[in-house]
Amino acid sequence: MAPAAPRSGDAIFASVERVNAELFTLTYGAIVRQLLTDLEEVEEVNKQLDQMGYNIGIRLIDEFLAKSNVSRCVDFKETAEVIAKVGFKMFLGVTASVTNWDADGTCCSIVLEDNPLVDFVELPDTCQGLYYCNILSGVIRGSLEMVSMKTEVTWIRDMLRGDDAYELQVKLLKQVPEEYPYKDDE
Amino acid sequence: MAAIYSLYIINKSGGLIFYKDYGSKGRMDTNDSLRVASLWHSMHAISQQLSPTTGCSGIELLEADTFDLHCFQSLTGTKFFVVCEPGTQHMEALLKAIYELYTDYVLKNPFYEMEMPIRCELFDINLTQAIQKDRVVLLGR
Repeated sequence: MAPAAPRSGDAIFASVERVNAELFTLTYGAIVRQLLTDLEEVEEVNKQLDQMGYNIGIRLIDEFLAKSNVSRCVDFKETAEVIAKVGFKMFLGVTASVTNWDADGTCCSIVLEDNPLVDFVELPDTCQGLYYCNILSGVIRGSLEMVSMKTEVTWIRDMLRGDDAYELQVKLLKQVPEEYPYKDDE
Repeated sequence: MAAIYSLYIINKSGGLIFYKDYGSKGRMDTNDSLRVASLWHSMHAISQQLSPTTGCSGIELLEADTFDLHCFQSLTGTKFFVVCEPGTQHMEALLKAIYELYTDYVLKNPFYEMEMPIRCELFDINLTQAIQKDRVVLLGR
């Protein structure tokens, strides 16, 4: 039986159940505000958001693979394209693009055209170190870890901090294929 | 009449996280099912290394005299395999459907711990429905 063809981000986004975007924005805002109240330190909140994103990512990856029918990516370039074109489209409805490849092909930037998490949000002066959308970096890191890639994901540009776009840097640290417990010297 | 004997789900480290038998042909006690699961996990891994073709992702179908074993491995390392009557059709589609049920009712359950045995009622209910639907389709031919 021929394997199913990969589906486009648009097609999948159109076929899943939707939720009110404002509810989503409000829910995320409530999470960030509560974390700020509980943890008080902006750095701690950044770490927690990343951790929450990681926990989402490790579960989200199977959902992504099941719904999108993508086959194993040949190299990291394909991985980044798939994240930007299919992943972001499917889950957030946003178009993203991949730029700034380094010479090795292990580091790139994903630029988001728009970002539903930050509708209506302005950062006050007391929260200047906060990466409001840090959950997204955790999601990408968690998802890629479940498909054997250890990555580092950081924010390069953040509109809430005054830049002109949302840009995430995704750096492949190493590929860690499944370890099997077979040792030849035992 | 084509029938499924049993369904196994193994996590990426080879531990059995879900086992269900359908009828007496597939029934195994707990220890045996755990043994089959880890045996299959090892065989699957060895087959990837032994394969003469490059880029092999492991055994997809094992045909024996009295049963067929269809296996689906997700890119995250979780394996879904079903032991069924020889010649049963459409098992790959069924495994894919079970994968989607897993991503919905197991992974989206915030109280399910990753890599642990699956104890999700909704997953059981929907799985039974999927297998039933499959049976009806097979019987209807």
